[in-house]
Amino acid sequence: MGAVLESTAMIDSFITRATAVSAQVERAANRELALEMVLRILQNEGVDDKPHCGATWAACEMVGPADQAKLQGSVRGLSFNVTRELAADAKVGISQMDYALANTGTLVQAADEIDKRLVSTLPPLHIALVSTAAVLPDLPAFIQRVDPRKSAYLAFITGPSRTADIERVLTIGVHGPARLIIILVDDVEVAA
Amino acid sequence: MKAEFKQSILDALANPNLTGALGNFSVAYRAGRAKAYEGIDFEALRDEIATVKSSAASHFDELAEQFTRAAEARGTKVFRTSDPAAVRDYVLALAKERGVKRIVKSKSMATEEIHLNKHLQDAGMEVQETDLGEWIIQLAGQTPSHMVMPAIHMTKEEVTTVFNTKVEDGQKPDIPKLVKFARGKLRPMFLAADMGISGANIAVAETGSIVIVTNEGNARLVSTLPKIHVAIVGLEKLIEEFKDIVPILTALPRSATAQLLTSYVSIISGPVPNTDGSPKELHIVLMDNRRNEMAHDPRFKQALQCIRCASCLNVCPVFRLVGGHVFGKVYTGGIGTILTAWFNALKESDEIQSLCIQCGNCKDVCPGKIDIPDLILELRRRLAVEQGLPVIQKAIFSVVNNRRLFHTMMRAASIGQIPFAKDGFIRHLPMFLSNMTEGRSLPAIAAVPFRDRIKEIKQPKCAEKAAFYGGCLIDFAYPEMGEAVVKVLNKAGIEVIFPEGQTCCGAPARYSGAYEVAAQNGSDNIKALLAEDVKYVVSACPTCTVALKHDFAAHLEAVGRTDELPAAKELAAKTWDFSTLASMLLEQGRLKLKKGIEPTQFSYHDSCHFKRTLHADQTPRNIMKQAGHELVEMDECDMCCGMGGSYTIKMPEISAPILQRKLQNIEKTGVPLLLTDCPGCTMQIGGGLDKRGSKIKVEHTAQRLAECIE
Repeated sequence: MGAVLESTAMIDSFITRATAVSAQVERAANRELALEMVLRILQNEGVDDKPHCGATWAACEMVGPADQAKLQGSVRGLSFNVTRELAADAKVGISQMDYALANTGTLVQAADEIDKRLVSTLPPLHIALVSTAAVLPDLPAFIQRVDPRKSAYLAFITGPSRTADIERVLTIGVHGPARLIIILVDDVEVAA
Repeated sequence: MKAEFKQSILDALANPNLTGALGNFSVAYRAGRAKAYEGIDFEALRDEIATVKSSAASHFDELAEQFTRAAEARGTKVFRTSDPAAVRDYVLALAKERGVKRIVKSKSMATEEIHLNKHLQDAGMEVQETDLGEWIIQLAGQTPSHMVMPAIHMTKEEVTTVFNTKVEDGQKPDIPKLVKFARGKLRPMFLAADMGISGANIAVAETGSIVIVTNEGNARLVSTLPKIHVAIVGLEKLIEEFKDIVPILTALPRSATAQLLTSYVSIISGPVPNTDGSPKELHIVLMDNRRNEMAHDPRFKQALQCIRCASCLNVCPVFRLVGGHVFGKVYTGGIGTILTAWFNALKESDEIQSLCIQCGNCKDVCPGKIDIPDLILELRRRLAVEQGLPVIQKAIFSVVNNRRLFHTMMRAASIGQIPFAKDGFIRHLPMFLSNMTEGRSLPAIAAVPFRDRIKEIKQPKCAEKAAFYGGCLIDFAYPEMGEAVVKVLNKAGIEVIFPEGQTCCGAPARYSGAYEVAAQNGSDNIKALLAEDVKYVVSACPTCTVALKHDFAAHLEAVGRTDELPAAKELAAKTWDFSTLASMLLEQGRLKLKKGIEPTQFSYHDSCHFKRTLHADQTPRNIMKQAGHELVEMDECDMCCGMGGSYTIKMPEISAPILQRKLQNIEKTGVPLLLTDCPGCTMQIGGGLDKRGSKIKVEHTAQRLAECIE
């Protein structure tokens, strides 16, 4: 019970912190509902196979081959075959993150595969899936679990891209995405 | 000071866009930083950072080797050199060999330091800065005016003009649209680039990793899209273990931009695949450029604890007036002054170091725990040794060290000014002295100095004795402060003597870098103050108190007069600032506060040395609250008043606007009384209020307390 309470507080803290840095946080009770949620977002955003309207999804554990086929059948313009060109032209990029840090609202990913970085950097909207079970309290907790010698590119994302370089006015979306939607997915096992 | 430098100061001060932007930022930063650090033990955090970085600086060579081994084991190429020219040549040769034409860069101060862009551009490469601020200044042909916000000196209108003239006409001064324009223009350049160049915020020896911290996401693109990534890393970025990144990543975003974490942090530990499956070519250049030499300098080694957050710029009362194009070269502000002296040359720091008012704000917020003001003084000292002191300054020291002569001259000048003196103030001085009364009246010089007035005070016979150290201002301008001290201590059963042999506290010499003179001042004062057996040595001037408690020993040690150190320590041990002593006497019941004092609203101005060296800032507030007075805090109560000892004479143009801001903050409180523990601040603020025709009274805590005790 104690652990459950602790993790509830951590998840609440994550949601508060991520929201405070302009991320939109949603929560899905399971994987299937999370995928439905993504689908709805893609439809609402007008994802299509016309130029500049695509969505590109980096391979991830939460989506198996059957899911891919089903999702592609439902949304035209969605591709699981990430290329620089597709990602640069896409409206939405989707990826799964490995961890979330509660005290800063941060997502972390072992992003050695370039696809993961392309979809989370180039399109104006990034949808990030992360397992609720992967929420860690903070950076020290993360450091204990990860060895940078095993992952050559550890990517931390905290909210959308931002700048205050002109007159210190906070402006969202300079080189990276202007919007970040995080979907916390319950009931998903996390790889050790 | 060269006329050119003086003019650059005047130009900056006359630029309302600059002073407005920096002034507003300093207010927002103060609040934002405090919020970002909520729930964090800052002192413990910076101790940790200082330990990690200092330990790394103790063995850069080993760490660089360890880093190289770890990184090369996974396919990174590491190039290590002490020579900036070799860095430039390495990058250019690599670019040529790989047929590179287009380069995108994310923010890197190390590349600014060695002017890498120019070198590559001269060889025909297209080099594109991609950090928005860096891009703007690149287009404008300027250097960064701030280490974190390179274009903070420009308004949106100025940025619009730069975009319209250098990129594409038709832009409007609308910030979100300007940002969108930049995104649109830079995106194709990222996609087309053959090489990405970045800096790094941390380099981990244990794992061969570099850590890059950004908000815009440009470093992610620079390290992802081109097939070659070159990171230029100063040796001081090295740390030993991977876990050591935690304190740095905790402090850096909070101190730099008041964020809990930046939007992006990338930890790169080796080449990763490109889109075509080929491995990225990753080069890391470890650049020395005198960092190792700095690590072997016992005084300056601590400057390598810097994590480049620029908080020393953000809290500096001078930086917010003149900005980084005056206060700095490539690196700006307090730490920039120190880095300029090392990475460029000592003499290049000569003018910029003179801007430091020694208020100590930066020292309090530095997450690397660097005593920046002290290192700037050390630069000043080394410059004085290298270049010698100006003749006029030497002449001044010979006068101020002779107290009788100094008073006679001051008094003569004062009498000469009788036509200008009214109500105890001098409001105008002729000719070259006129700067001194610009925006501030000066106190008239007392006809009889305190050293003579104290002889007329009838003191009771007491069991305990205190030696009073007057300092120039109480002795010559504010003897009434000295009389208040005597009155209070007498009531506690302490007789006050004034040792005649006391002389200048050495601060003028210290702050000019003349340590031999300062050490001699210390030596003379130690002899005078220890001549008679007293229980306490009391001063009512924080600068003097700091001299007695800390600086005498430091100066004697610095010039090798170590045989005098025991006496210096003996004096330091019995030295008290007035308020701390009075507070103790109140606690002991030896002083009693009057009952039924009519409550007065007051505000309190923190003198720099009193708060940041003596840490006694709450003591006078508490005494006055106990006495029944009501404290109304002003904005920026602990911001320097612009006096800074002789700073106000050397840099009157800067001192005056610092004072004006202080006066506005005081007036906003609406109180009739301002208290402070410093006669220098009293002179500056009291004179400023008088010049504005304000009725707010300025008193030393001792004066008010003398009225409040039974």
